[in-house]
Amino acid sequence: MSKVKQQKPLCVWNPKPLKRVKPTNKKRLREREKTNPFSFLGQLIPLAKTGLPLWMLGLAADRLRADMNRLLSFLFHQGILDEQFLQLQQLQDETSPNFVSEVVNIYFHESEKLLRNLRSLLMDREFSDYNKMGIHLNQFMGSSSSIGAKRIRNVCLAFRAASDQNNRAGCLSALEVLEHEYCFLKNKLHELFQIQQQRVLAAGVRYPMQH
Amino acid sequence: MARNGGVAWMRTTEKIDGYDLSTSDTEEVHVLAVDDSLVDRKVIERLLRISSCKVTAVDSGRRALQYLGLDEEIQKKETNGFDGLKVDLIITDYCMPGMTGYELLKKVKESSAFREIPVVIMSSENVIARIDRCLEEGAEDFIVKPVKLSDVKRIIDYTTTELREGEQREGARAKRRGINKRKQREGDDDLSSSPPSTLSSSTSSSPSSSIQSATAPSSPSTLDSPTRRLKMTSSE
Repeated sequence: MSKVKQQKPLCVWNPKPLKRVKPTNKKRLREREKTNPFSFLGQLIPLAKTGLPLWMLGLAADRLRADMNRLLSFLFHQGILDEQFLQLQQLQDETSPNFVSEVVNIYFHESEKLLRNLRSLLMDREFSDYNKMGIHLNQFMGSSSSIGAKRIRNVCLAFRAASDQNNRAGCLSALEVLEHEYCFLKNKLHELFQIQQQRVLAAGVRYPMQH
Repeated sequence: MARNGGVAWMRTTEKIDGYDLSTSDTEEVHVLAVDDSLVDRKVIERLLRISSCKVTAVDSGRRALQYLGLDEEIQKKETNGFDGLKVDLIITDYCMPGMTGYELLKKVKESSAFREIPVVIMSSENVIARIDRCLEEGAEDFIVKPVKLSDVKRIIDYTTTELREGEQREGARAKRRGINKRKQREGDDDLSSSPPSTLSSSTSSSPSSSIQSATAPSSPSTLDSPTRRLKMTSSE
């Protein structure tokens, strides 16, 4: 008779049940929550009981915020955006929660029209009306500065200098740079708005009671 | 004693009269914003709303004149600008197709009904000649774009203080005219000497005169405006 040797487990895992820490008073709890980066976990315990993984809730929101900050500091350091964009963000609040994306989308819509007009003007063989081109260019420059698109505005300045000298080749090369910069900015801002949308969703999942 | 009692009685009625003479929209400043760019219109509208103003945004000088009731095609002699809400401030872009902001400024200052409305010009170009021309024509201020919240707050601040001063002066003038003519003769010289018809010129020149005296700037923020600095240097 051979006894089946009971395999000894490699380790014993005896998880203790999660003990909710009772704060001694509300003041100490508030102080603790201020310094403790994982204070939100206390609110997530009832959610955890429903089976949702904790990482999806709190940590995803933190990661999204880090992504957003990284993207914004990249855009500012590269001189693509300036403080006027920050001013627009300050104008956004609960009464107007989508202000920045609304204005930026209007800017994209108008800019594409203006860029198309500029290109069709310059590609025309009998192009000579630099004044008309100057009007489109000034509109584009004005709305770019209102958005805080610093780099685009600087390219527009170079474009205008070439236009003042009736330098068609210079205008064409400036237009190409302009189109490239515009596409780059549009992609980056779309990325930014996506992150912000995801943050809103994550915040809604994190704090379901707060409505 | 009787005289004192009489004066006290007049004071209470003066207060009531002063209240009745106040304009209808004293809670919020109503601003007419004129800009051909939709992006700029949205931004200036939001800046003004955040500064607790009522905003009407139009896309051209022509539309602005229509709103005011000054358009030549639409002859409305009877309306004193009470077409809708009374406008307390006009803020306009300089470069616009059709009618520029400068032409709009001229038209507003030429009209008798709207001459006293302060007009602020915005422009993306920081050209001194342009700024001087606008100020000479009677513009209240000149802002270089892009417009920030601090610019809008500054403008709203001195528009509301001017409005309040204007109302107080109007109330004081009507009180002196209507209630006690004897008091008017021995009253303050500066108020009784200037006839009521030049109320507009006195309100528009008072900020510049207060700065030219340079003894006590009423609010430090007015000195921050580049145009105020220009006014000071040109006066010296």
